[in-house]
Amino acid sequence: MSTSQETIEAIAERKYDAGFVTEIESETLPPGVDEHVVRHISSVKNEPDWMTEWRLKAYGRWLEMSEPNWAHVEYPAIDFQSISYYSAPKSKADGPKSLDEVDPELLKTYEKLGIPLYEQKMLAGVAVDAVFDSVSVVTTFKEKLASMGVVFCPLSEAVHSHPELVKKYLGSVVPVSDNYYTALNSAVFSDGSFVYIPEGVRCPMELSTYFRINEAKTGQFERTLIIADKGSYVSYLEGCTAPMRDENQLHAAVVELVALDDAEIKYSTVQNWYPGDENGRGGIYNFVTKRGACRGKRSKISWTQVETGSAITWKYPSCILQGDESVGEFYSVALSNHRQQADTGTKMIHLGRNTRSTIVSKGISAGRGQQTYRGLVRMGKNAHGARNYTQCDSLLMGDTCTADTVPYIEVNNPTAQLEHEATTSKISDDQLFYLMQRGLSEEDAVNMIVNGFCKEVFRELPMEFAVEAQKLLEVSLEGAVG
Amino acid sequence: MLSIENLHVTVDGSPILKGLTLKMGPGEVHAIMGPNGSGKSTLSYAIAGRAGYTVTSGDILFNGDSVLDMGPDERAQAGLFLAFQYPVEIPGVRSRQFLRTSLNALRKARGEDEIAPGPFLRLLREKLALVQMDESFTKRDVNSGFSGGEKKRFEVLQMAMLEPSLCILDETDSGLDIDALRVVSAGVNALRNESRSMLVITHYQRLLDHIEPDFVHVLVNGRIARSGDKSLALDLEKRGYDWIIAGAAA
Repeated sequence: MSTSQETIEAIAERKYDAGFVTEIESETLPPGVDEHVVRHISSVKNEPDWMTEWRLKAYGRWLEMSEPNWAHVEYPAIDFQSISYYSAPKSKADGPKSLDEVDPELLKTYEKLGIPLYEQKMLAGVAVDAVFDSVSVVTTFKEKLASMGVVFCPLSEAVHSHPELVKKYLGSVVPVSDNYYTALNSAVFSDGSFVYIPEGVRCPMELSTYFRINEAKTGQFERTLIIADKGSYVSYLEGCTAPMRDENQLHAAVVELVALDDAEIKYSTVQNWYPGDENGRGGIYNFVTKRGACRGKRSKISWTQVETGSAITWKYPSCILQGDESVGEFYSVALSNHRQQADTGTKMIHLGRNTRSTIVSKGISAGRGQQTYRGLVRMGKNAHGARNYTQCDSLLMGDTCTADTVPYIEVNNPTAQLEHEATTSKISDDQLFYLMQRGLSEEDAVNMIVNGFCKEVFRELPMEFAVEAQKLLEVSLEGAVG
Repeated sequence: MLSIENLHVTVDGSPILKGLTLKMGPGEVHAIMGPNGSGKSTLSYAIAGRAGYTVTSGDILFNGDSVLDMGPDERAQAGLFLAFQYPVEIPGVRSRQFLRTSLNALRKARGEDEIAPGPFLRLLREKLALVQMDESFTKRDVNSGFSGGEKKRFEVLQMAMLEPSLCILDETDSGLDIDALRVVSAGVNALRNESRSMLVITHYQRLLDHIEPDFVHVLVNGRIARSGDKSLALDLEKRGYDWIIAGAAA
């Protein structure tokens, strides 16, 4: 009867623009994981023994662990022996030395995704490390960055070129046995990005990685390790897509950030993995562990995420605030449409004196989407004068979606201060009518309201990304009102 | 301009308007008065096309065409503007951006190009002066944290920016102190011209001291019970509505 109800049902008819498959020959391991598979992955990458041992130890731990089941998400049991743990485009066997050597099909894929690998990228000031299925295909602008001492390369390369840094920091923020998926990732991780910013260097461009799962029945297990040495700064962007497929695919990544004295890391994610269709068929299981350690005094780590994809999201980018006066931030927009389920939030662990953290979480549910904010703020007993501000807002569209907020607060220091604000609202008929009376179509009215709702998060994103995020949200909500 | 013919409107199944007829010519200002619950706001929502206000019979013609099959956005694009009794907050959306998006939506519907930032700013400043608002105002979120007076001035600002041909003012005087009433009325009066029509809905005669109507209608129980010139409003001020209600019932 009401036009707004009609629109709400219509915006749910979203199209998934990134759902194409690239036809290239690839080398994929048969499904299943055991010690041989772990050794094989390690040997394909020509890894030193210490790395192989590290993987095998992780595999051993994984065997002893069980899947976490506390999250507010439901899915059929995953058969970990039916997944292939390694897939690499074949031409990579010899390793491309420059863009000319990269399979043109791959480059076309990146073009379709709008990833700028060529000169326009340079103008845009973005260096891209593109991970296609499991291996890092090409890394641009390495030379310019190298002249400043910045290391930005595939992790598989860093194992050889900077073994001392990798040995020192890999697994130091997210321990191998932190959880089931981190143990699995540590055993079979295929590749990922490695970044080191030397003391006092302000990285002159945004560093960017684009992830895409292409092969069917493969899992993606990348790892990112970023180290910001004293007084340095880096802004890192991460984007993700996957083709449309009927079956579910597993993505279990690990991201570790380390900020030393006075260093700052800004980590932005736009996650657009295939969410499955309207009936919940297919889609990515996005089980990711991201954590940053503010080890140094006055260091700062800021997470910004826009999560519109994946069938299931299980993700809590966190900050361990060890250094005195260090700062942690978490800005999140998460959207669940159709049958998507998201259980996401953050952990702010205050250990040092006068540490500060800010959490701004915006959850949007539409269709039959299910959205849970889960966040922990812990004030350790030495966290004198620590402060946290948390703001959790949920926006509901229609009456078949859900939103839950689950805050955990632990305070062990009487001088610590916490503030928590939470709101739940619906896009009201009043708002829609008001905007439409001023000439906006129903869809434009919804987009305006949603963008306003997300503004505090969008303004934390680098400009280019903010525009992309805004568009992505509009596409994701197409038909959710109507 | 506007012709309402034997209009019947139900809300949640209850009949509210029961055969309302009203004709407005270009440039005319009509006032609608009436006791609480007589259907004044329902009339404004029905004209603007709000969902849930169901026309069961009769018609609303705007410039000769029925608007009943048009959505609220299409009616706005055709030149119809409703100044809300309770303007709605849109958190996170700057007033300036809202004004520009709205203006461009109307321009697009007319087949015109979007307004460029320079001309938009000049237009905005000109109209801000009309309602005595500071430019900093437009950097705030739409109606968020606005006082009652600020909300109403912002409604008039929108009206001035969008230049509609028919303005409906739904109890624009409610919640205004004397000074704000004067500013808002001056803004509205500045927008009067020989082609723009206005339908002023109010409880109180005092608004009509500032915005002088050509015609006054009294709405009782879903119908126009009496029409006259502005002296009718003065009569109502003295005698109340009871004599008209009694007459309508008889």
